[in-house]
Amino acid sequence: MLGFIIKRLLWMVPSLIAVSFLAFVLIQLPPGDYVTTYIATLAASNEIVDQNAAAELRSRFGLDQPFLFQYVKWISGVILRGDFGLSFEWQQPVSELIWERMALTLVVTISTLILTWAIAFPIGVYSAVRQYSIGDYVTTFIGFLGLAVPSFLLALVMMYVAVVQFGQDVGGLFSPEFQTAPWSWGKVENLLEHLWVPVVILATNGTASLIRIMRANMLDELHKPYVTTARAKGLSEFRLLLKYPVRLAVNPFISTIGWLLPNLVSGALIVAVVLSLPTAGPLLLQSLMSQDMYLAGAFVLLMCTLTLVGTLLSDILLALVDPRIRFD
Amino acid sequence: MTAQIDAIPPDAPAPVASRFAAASQWQLVWWSFRKHKLAMVGAAITLIIYIVAAAPDFFATTDPSQQNARAVYHPPQALHLFATTAEGTTVFTPHVKLMVLRRDPVTLAPIYQEDPGRRIDLRFFAEGYPYRLFGLIATTTHLIGSTDPRQQIFFLGSDRLGRDVWSRIVKGCQISMSIGLVGVFLSLLVGVLLGGISGYYGGRIDFVIQRVIEFILALPTIPIWLALAAALPQDWPALLHYFMITLILSVIGWAQLARVVRGRFLSLRTEDFVTAARLDGCSEMRIIFRHMLPSFMSHIIASVTLAIPAMILAETALSFLGLGLQPPVISWGVLLREAQNIRSIVTAPWLFAPGAAVVLAVLALNFLGDGLRDAADPYNK
Repeated sequence: MLGFIIKRLLWMVPSLIAVSFLAFVLIQLPPGDYVTTYIATLAASNEIVDQNAAAELRSRFGLDQPFLFQYVKWISGVILRGDFGLSFEWQQPVSELIWERMALTLVVTISTLILTWAIAFPIGVYSAVRQYSIGDYVTTFIGFLGLAVPSFLLALVMMYVAVVQFGQDVGGLFSPEFQTAPWSWGKVENLLEHLWVPVVILATNGTASLIRIMRANMLDELHKPYVTTARAKGLSEFRLLLKYPVRLAVNPFISTIGWLLPNLVSGALIVAVVLSLPTAGPLLLQSLMSQDMYLAGAFVLLMCTLTLVGTLLSDILLALVDPRIRFD
Repeated sequence: MTAQIDAIPPDAPAPVASRFAAASQWQLVWWSFRKHKLAMVGAAITLIIYIVAAAPDFFATTDPSQQNARAVYHPPQALHLFATTAEGTTVFTPHVKLMVLRRDPVTLAPIYQEDPGRRIDLRFFAEGYPYRLFGLIATTTHLIGSTDPRQQIFFLGSDRLGRDVWSRIVKGCQISMSIGLVGVFLSLLVGVLLGGISGYYGGRIDFVIQRVIEFILALPTIPIWLALAAALPQDWPALLHYFMITLILSVIGWAQLARVVRGRFLSLRTEDFVTAARLDGCSEMRIIFRHMLPSFMSHIIASVTLAIPAMILAETALSFLGLGLQPPVISWGVLLREAQNIRSIVTAPWLFAPGAAVVLAVLALNFLGDGLRDAADPYNK
């Protein structure tokens, strides 16, 4: 088991390097660099920067160096000092802007993951055991609908319903009085009161596909001889289900977390923009719009790392549950 | 193909067995697809949507970019097919009820009220704004239109500039549906190439390509698409921008398809008929294209059908966030931007209509793809 975890951890290294490289390429992609933007900002306030000063600035930030050198400089800053560079738009180090938002993103994502599981697992088992029953058809239909309705549309509809029916705004994660307040129990409670809206919206999308997967897995297992044997031996139907087929069907289910998480992070981004949540999504979008690339790059890097770590965890979890993978 | 023999149950009545034994693969696929009622419905809807996408102006009632300051947030008008004449008989006269603009005496907010006595008569194949059918034939005929060209009709209401939502959805259908096709086609090129190489040669190349695919599939797509789209210069011509967006969508889209292709290659590589072809001295190209490709073609078509809705949703999301296609290009995502703020959707809930179009198209394609996937392997019964 330990060997498997170590091997899997070692695999993370090239992936993380690739992700950080990708993030840096994205930072470098828009035309111009930090100094061009800086000069433009200064020019807006009628300060003229001459060519020499610009060149000096460039060499000070290492912008005249080759791409790879800049990448190494950036990534070592990120790893060693937690320094993601400077946000032009906010005139602040990126690291001061991102952590609280990333933490809230994590809260939203993990809550959604738990809710998705809690809904999909029993319904998936139910619709497999009662295949072609009304309940099965209803969940299948809702499942397809959940797949087809983009999460942002669902968020918009929910906002519309909340305003028209209840005269209430469901956007945001905090009430106005808590928005800028320091963290306290009151604030956490307030967060929990608001959290369910984005979580339910996001869960709808993932639940649909997970139910399909769980149902298909269960259907594969239900008609195998060992189930018949267990039934013949007089095991109660409920215990039989939980003890054998569910136990086997859950394996592919766990590995789906690996791809559920990237979808979730993507979905959370758009839903957060619609509901104006104080998570990473809206700030990432804003930074991309204003080409504030170090900020955007930091978000892309962290979001990708988040999903990679999620995949890693789901792989380890899978190995814990399924001995066949451990000894492979 | 040993499976073909298994497909005929030994005790089956002879005529049926011979019918199946003699049928081509595509016939078998079609027979098994036909049984899927939901997939047939999906296929029909998909067909209709693509017909609309091929000639959107024919189905539009008003020029999609025409603004009308006197019809801002005009509510939808239902289409009535029959009207009662003065003598009390019901006659086939397609029409909509005329709505007049009034102002609320206190708030001065515009209110549209149905004028009970008046109606706008409609005609099929009516004259309207000039356009080119399929981009070629200049014509002014539209499927349905008002008999009086000065009267504008709004089946799905109008937006904040008084543009007809129905006509814009129909027009946006062209871009949204084609971006799915083009994007999937690009993904397919890369996917088949890399997936094929990976599955056919195996070994180290396979290992590397597999790791790359796993890596790509583990990334959250939207942030990367957004970052790539944000790097596109805003002053590029619309067509180039459109093409770049599809390219960006395929940067990640190919991985899933490559996986499917590789899986099929791997399972076919050891089949008897492939070994036979190899022993006969066929070239690799011939083995791949003549012997292997036909037997996994149906799988590819099914995967492609399932990939299109994902592309459509991706484009919608990007455009909705403002980093995808830009106005004046009309796509469903661009239209949904109108519904972005809560104030406008409360005034005009019909701005959700493009969203309904997205859901309909995606559902139809999903059902179609699901049916195709189940039917793709007709020998595996």
